Amino acid sequence: MKIGEHDWHLDPLGKHIWRGRMEAGQLLALARVVKEEGGQLIALWGSDNRHLDRGFAIHAALLTSAGLAWVTCALPDEAPAYPDLAHIFPQADRMQRATFDLLGIVATDAVDDRKWLRHGAWPADVFPLRKDFDARLPATHDTDAYPFIRVEGDGVHEIAVGPIHAGTIEPGHFRFSVIGERVLRLEQRQGYTHKGTEKRFEGMDLDTGAKLAGRVSGDTHIAYAWAYCMAVETATDSQVPDRAVWLRALFLEIERIANHLGDLGYLGNDVALSFGFMQFWRLKEDWLRLTAKLFDHRYLFDCIVPGGVAVDIDDSGRVELTAEADRIEAEVHSLKAIYDDHATLQDRFTNTGVCKPDLAARLGLTGLAGRASAQAWDARAQFPQAPYDQLDVNMATQRSGDVLARAEVRFSEIHESLRLIRDLLTGLPAGNIHAPLKPVRDVCEGLGWVESWRGEVLVAVRIGTDGKLDRVHPHDPSWQNWPLVEVGILGNIVPDFPLINKSFNLSYSGPDL
Amino acid sequence: MATHLILQKIFKTGFVSEPAPQADLALRTREQVLHAEILKIFGQSVAIRHVDAGSCNGCEMEIHALNGPHYNIEGRGVRFVASPRHADLLLVTGPVSRNMEVALKRAYDATPEPKWVVAMGDCGCTGGMFGENYATRGKVSNVIPIDVEVPGCPPTPLALLQGILAAVSKGRTTA
Repeated sequence: MKIGEHDWHLDPLGKHIWRGRMEAGQLLALARVVKEEGGQLIALWGSDNRHLDRGFAIHAALLTSAGLAWVTCALPDEAPAYPDLAHIFPQADRMQRATFDLLGIVATDAVDDRKWLRHGAWPADVFPLRKDFDARLPATHDTDAYPFIRVEGDGVHEIAVGPIHAGTIEPGHFRFSVIGERVLRLEQRQGYTHKGTEKRFEGMDLDTGAKLAGRVSGDTHIAYAWAYCMAVETATDSQVPDRAVWLRALFLEIERIANHLGDLGYLGNDVALSFGFMQFWRLKEDWLRLTAKLFDHRYLFDCIVPGGVAVDIDDSGRVELTAEADRIEAEVHSLKAIYDDHATLQDRFTNTGVCKPDLAARLGLTGLAGRASAQAWDARAQFPQAPYDQLDVNMATQRSGDVLARAEVRFSEIHESLRLIRDLLTGLPAGNIHAPLKPVRDVCEGLGWVESWRGEVLVAVRIGTDGKLDRVHPHDPSWQNWPLVEVGILGNIVPDFPLINKSFNLSYSGPDL
Repeated sequence: MATHLILQKIFKTGFVSEPAPQADLALRTREQVLHAEILKIFGQSVAIRHVDAGSCNGCEMEIHALNGPHYNIEGRGVRFVASPRHADLLLVTGPVSRNMEVALKRAYDATPEPKWVVAMGDCGCTGGMFGENYATRGKVSNVIPIDVEVPGCPPTPLALLQGILAAVSKGRTTA
């Protein structure tokens, strides 16, 4: 595959997905070329391949004009290291630090080499994702000293928030440096929900792996389960029945609508319009209850399995879901009129938490937040996997990059998802909903790529000769987007932080792993 | 103009709140050590502090849903508060990650007596799919004492409400 002037010898691994191996030095050159042509780094992770006599490896997933390129560089057993990528793609920073914490693979010449996922639970010279890691290692409970960057000067003071927050949200630490109410700097500290998910995958059978993948970030269950299954099905060269693929897309759009409805409610709530919260959460609850009635689970947990799906929809269910889609459409329309017309809400949303398009491009803002800052990427539109290649998805974009833009993208996407749901229900092919996977004979690999409601979810899978999972890396779009929350708050007042944070609504569990 | 539209929408929507469920006493894991007198006082209303100790955020979705209009929890005296110091009950989700262990213990210590703890979700009750490993301590009761377990992945808002009511209403069937 050619990117820029050079052929990088990448082979197709799936639809719009490419696979290549290269020297660590070449990776740097590839990253530069991808950056020049307007692409992005999506994910960066490592693996211990010593049991396969291949040392360690660093993996990168790059979004290019030809699709997603998954490149791997083999690294030596001793002192594994690769050149820093964060000076090209700033979003690499936290992923590089996490890769060191878990595997001891070093990003040479990286400016920021502070720990990220490791707090005090294991020592600095022990790496849990190495295959020879001793799981019985007693917890150290070291004090978690972390060098925050200090802002100094007359009248500057710090506000430390978390890990436990005042509302029902996930744990994380925010360190604000402020003058009066105005924020001069925000620094995040995460990793509080790190629960050894990647280690847990090791040795797991393929079906159980789908369940765990769906619990990397529960609000994105379908996207993770689908990406994982896509990876497993690619690795084993297995075919999934058409009906199952269409049902997966139906589930993904149901999940998108549920999350967008909830977020629009909370955005109203955060500007003291509790009416908005109650109305949108009424709609969301109705939506979840219908989902549970049709598919036996409010959030469709475990409905996607390797080889297909576990639940089907009958004709009466199709009628019911279509009717509900029509009703939600009309209700959202009337609520949008109220949000548009509400002076206080518009005043609080507009010019709050701004991420300008050039900054968004430089820092790699992705997903719905990216689209609100003119980053026109949506895998369903540009690099559609089946069945999106037959659905012609309309991408929603905005340019202003503020809370209002992120709300507008959600409104547009609800309407587009409702349209997709109607089309999926109309065009749903007949046939089986599941086919057995082909047996595994040798070590094999696959990658899944799904546009979740939040942004692109990637799952990379390697299966061992025993047919069990050897290495799984799930990637959450929150990795790229969290640093933009640090930037978006600058110059805003502290009381607007909950609103700005909610407008991104990023996952903690997803990147904490 | 917006006011007019809002009022119109409110009247058109009407009441969606549903009757309260029964407390599910089967969810209780240990005998209440509290006096009946205290229960009489606190059983009428309960202030909850939620602590995510390492959840996948699935349980959080249902806590949010419980705050929606169908469940009318504030009408039943159940409300979520911003600090453990204001709370009667800690609602804990997740397998307890080692990185959250200290924070959870501190939140527990900061909650004034008498207090209850509800472990929510399969992870909170048993460690769930994550179990115990280098990064997690598993179920909530491995770290702090608990009164009620509400299993499920995630438990529905109704199951959660039944568990909360079970914790605070010994011997009574409704809150």
